[in-house]
Amino acid sequence: MPRGAHVKAPVCGEKLGPVKKRACEPMCGIAGLLNFNEPADPALLRRMIALIRHRGPDATGLYCDSGAGLAHARLSIIDLAGGRQPMQTEDGSLSITFNGEIFNYLELRAELLERGHCFRTQSDTEVILHLYRLYGEDCVSRMNGQWAFAIWDARRQRLFLSRDRLGIRPLFYSVTGGAFVFGSEMKAVLAHPGVGRALDLDALDDIFTFWCRVPPRTIFQNIRELPPGHSMSVAGREVTVWPYWQLAFNCAPHAQRDSADRLFALLVDATRIRLRSDVPVGAYLSGGLDSTVTTALIRRFSDARLKTFSVSFDDPGFDESTYQREAVRFLETDHQEILCTGREIAAVFPDVVWHAEQPVLRTAPAPMYLLSRLAASHGYKVVLTGEGADEMLGGYDIFKEAKIRRFWAAHPDSRIRPLLLRRLYPYLPELQRQSNAYLRAFFRIRPEDLQKPFFSHVPRWELTAGLKLFFSDQVKSALATRDCYAGLEASLPPAYFQWDGFSQSQYLEASYLLPGYILSSQGDRVAMAHAVECRMPFLDYRVAEFAAALPPPLKMRGLNEKYLLKQCVNGLIPRSIKQRAKQPYRAPEAKSFFDGSPYDYVEELLSPERLKQDGIFNPASVQRLIQRFRNGGSGSIRDNMALVGILSTQLVIDQFIRSFGKRSGYGNT
Amino acid sequence: MVVEHLLFGQVDGQFSDDDSFLEKGIIDSTSVLELVSLLERQYQIKIEDEDLVPDNLDSINNLSRFIQTKLQQAA
Repeated sequence: MPRGAHVKAPVCGEKLGPVKKRACEPMCGIAGLLNFNEPADPALLRRMIALIRHRGPDATGLYCDSGAGLAHARLSIIDLAGGRQPMQTEDGSLSITFNGEIFNYLELRAELLERGHCFRTQSDTEVILHLYRLYGEDCVSRMNGQWAFAIWDARRQRLFLSRDRLGIRPLFYSVTGGAFVFGSEMKAVLAHPGVGRALDLDALDDIFTFWCRVPPRTIFQNIRELPPGHSMSVAGREVTVWPYWQLAFNCAPHAQRDSADRLFALLVDATRIRLRSDVPVGAYLSGGLDSTVTTALIRRFSDARLKTFSVSFDDPGFDESTYQREAVRFLETDHQEILCTGREIAAVFPDVVWHAEQPVLRTAPAPMYLLSRLAASHGYKVVLTGEGADEMLGGYDIFKEAKIRRFWAAHPDSRIRPLLLRRLYPYLPELQRQSNAYLRAFFRIRPEDLQKPFFSHVPRWELTAGLKLFFSDQVKSALATRDCYAGLEASLPPAYFQWDGFSQSQYLEASYLLPGYILSSQGDRVAMAHAVECRMPFLDYRVAEFAAALPPPLKMRGLNEKYLLKQCVNGLIPRSIKQRAKQPYRAPEAKSFFDGSPYDYVEELLSPERLKQDGIFNPASVQRLIQRFRNGGSGSIRDNMALVGILSTQLVIDQFIRSFGKRSGYGNT
Repeated sequence: MVVEHLLFGQVDGQFSDDDSFLEKGIIDSTSVLELVSLLERQYQIKIEDEDLVPDNLDSINNLSRFIQTKLQQAA
C-alpha cells in the first residue's frame, strides 16, 4: 500500500452476506494496532491473533486501513455467514473488533431503529457501531454487558477503545516507538516486535502485597491494562484514557422489604438478559449461596433441564460436593462434576499460568481451568456463575473480620470480643488455638488503626508482604524505597475517604482483587482457555449500583453476611445452603507440587541454578522452603502462598520472557 | 534455629534482634504454633497456653529471654 494513502484494504471478504438470525456472539479475542508512520502489516496481525485463538478458535478476521489494523478471533456458534468481525458500517467509515456481549442489545437496537438506523445483521456488534455513530464515546454509558472493543473511526483517524465497568473482559495495550498495540491478552501484545519483554518489579511488589496489580500496571514493564470502567482514544501518538463509570458507595436509607423486592427484581432481569444466546447456557454450581441463586434464577426462564457443572476435591477440607448435590436435587439440574486432585492441579499449572499471564499466590485458578474444560467437553460455551455477590452484597470474611476488629479495638482488653474472631474461621484450626494476645497482634487491634484508609485489608496485606523475604537481594534493593501503599492510595477516588469502613472494604475488593484476580486469573483467562464464556448476573451494573447504595446493615446484619440477598431468595434455594456458614473457595496448595513423583518443570524452575539466572528470588531460601514440603509438611499459610507465588513467577519468566511462544509440554502428567 | 525456620536462613542484617516478627510479616497464625513446637523439641521445654504472647515470642530478643527463663525454671 502506498505510504500515507488512506486506503481501505479489507483482508478477508468483508461484504456481509444475507442477514442471518443471530443473537449475542459469545467468546472472542481481539487484537490490533495503530502504526504512527507506516501501514498495518496483516502478517503481524495474524501472528498476534494466532496467540489468542483459544478465545475464538473457529475463524479469524482482519481489517486494515492505512496504519490501523484490527484482528478478531471468532467462536462461531450456528452459522459462519453473518456477524463476522472485524465489522464495518455500510459506508465503511467505522470498523470494530469486539469481545463480549451487550446484553441489552435488543432494547438498544429497538431504540436505534426508531431513530431511523438500518441494520444488516442481528448482532450486538452492529448495535455498538450504530450507538457510537449516534452518541460517540458516550455510547458505553448506555450499554449493559461485558466488553472490550476497539473502533477505528476512519473519518477522524482515531481509535476508540473501551472496557466494561467491572473488568470482566480484558484489554491490554502498549505504546512503542512506532505504534499503539492492543489485545485481549498480553501474549497478543507481546507478539509485536516493538514490545519488549521484561518483568515489572513494581507489579511484582504489588502482587506480593495486594494479591493483584494496581492498574494500569501489569507484570510486564511495557504493557498497560485499560482499567475497568474506562475508555481510551488514540489519535496519532496521542493516547487519552478516561473513566466513564465509577463504583460509588453513597449509602442512603432503604426500607428492608422494598430493598429485598428491588434486589430480587434486578437479579431476575440481570439473569434474563444474560440468557440471550443462540447456544445452550449452563451454570457453574459451587454449593454456595451465590451460584445456587443464579442457577435457581435461570430455572425461572426455562423448563428445560439445566446443565450444571461443579468441581469437587478429594481433600474434605476443600470439598463442597455435599452442598452441590443438595442444590442439584433441589433444582433438578443435569449435573456434571469433576474431581480435582493435587496432582491434577500440578499437571495443569503451567497452562494455567500461560493463560493467567501473571503470578498467582493461590492454586485456585487451576480447578476453574479444569471446570471450563469439563463444560467445553459437554459442548457448552456459555455458563452463568455467581461471581460478584460477595463484593457487591457483603459476603467476604474480610468484611466480617474488619467489623469484629473495629468492635474489639473499641475495647482492646476485652476477653470476650476476641472470641468472635475465632468463630469467624472455624476452618483454620491453628487460629482456634491462638492466645488472645496473639490474635490482638495479628489482627491489629489498636485504636489508632481504626482511622487508616486500608484498615480492613492491612492484616492480609502485611501477612502477604512477608513473602518478599524470598526476593533476591537485587530485587529487594530495587524495591527498597518503594511504598506500594502510596501507589494504591493515589489510585483511590477522593470520595473513598468519606465512605464508611464497610463500604471502603467493599470498594477495595470490587475494584482491585475482583478484576485483578477473581475475574481474570480465576475467571476469564481460565474459562477462555477452553472457549467458555462466563456471565455474572451479580455484576450487572444496575445490581452493583443498587448494592453500593444500600446501607451496610442491609448487607451484613451483625455477622450475617449477604443479609438482604438471603432475605429475597426465601424458597428459591435449599435452606441448608442459605444457612450454611460461608466457606471461601480454596484448593489444595503447595503440597500438590510435591506429592508423588517430581514434576520436571518444578525441579527445573525452582532449581538453584535457574533461580540464580532469573534473579528474582533467593535460591537458598527457596530451597529451604521447598524442603518443608518435600519432607511431607503442609506448611503455613505463608509458606503455601510463597511456594505458589514463586513457582508461578518462574513460570511467567519461562513462558513469556525466556522462551515466549515456544511453550513445550511439561512432563509428569 | 529461628533464623533458619522463620527467615529461611537469611542472616544478612535485614532483621535486628529487636524486630517484631509480626510487624515484619514473617509470622502468621500457623507459623506461631510451628515455632512453639520447634522450641519445645529443641529445648525440651513445655510452653503453656498463657506463654503464647508476643512479649515472649515476637522477636529474637524476646525469644531469647523467654527460653532462658524456661530453662531456669526447668533446672
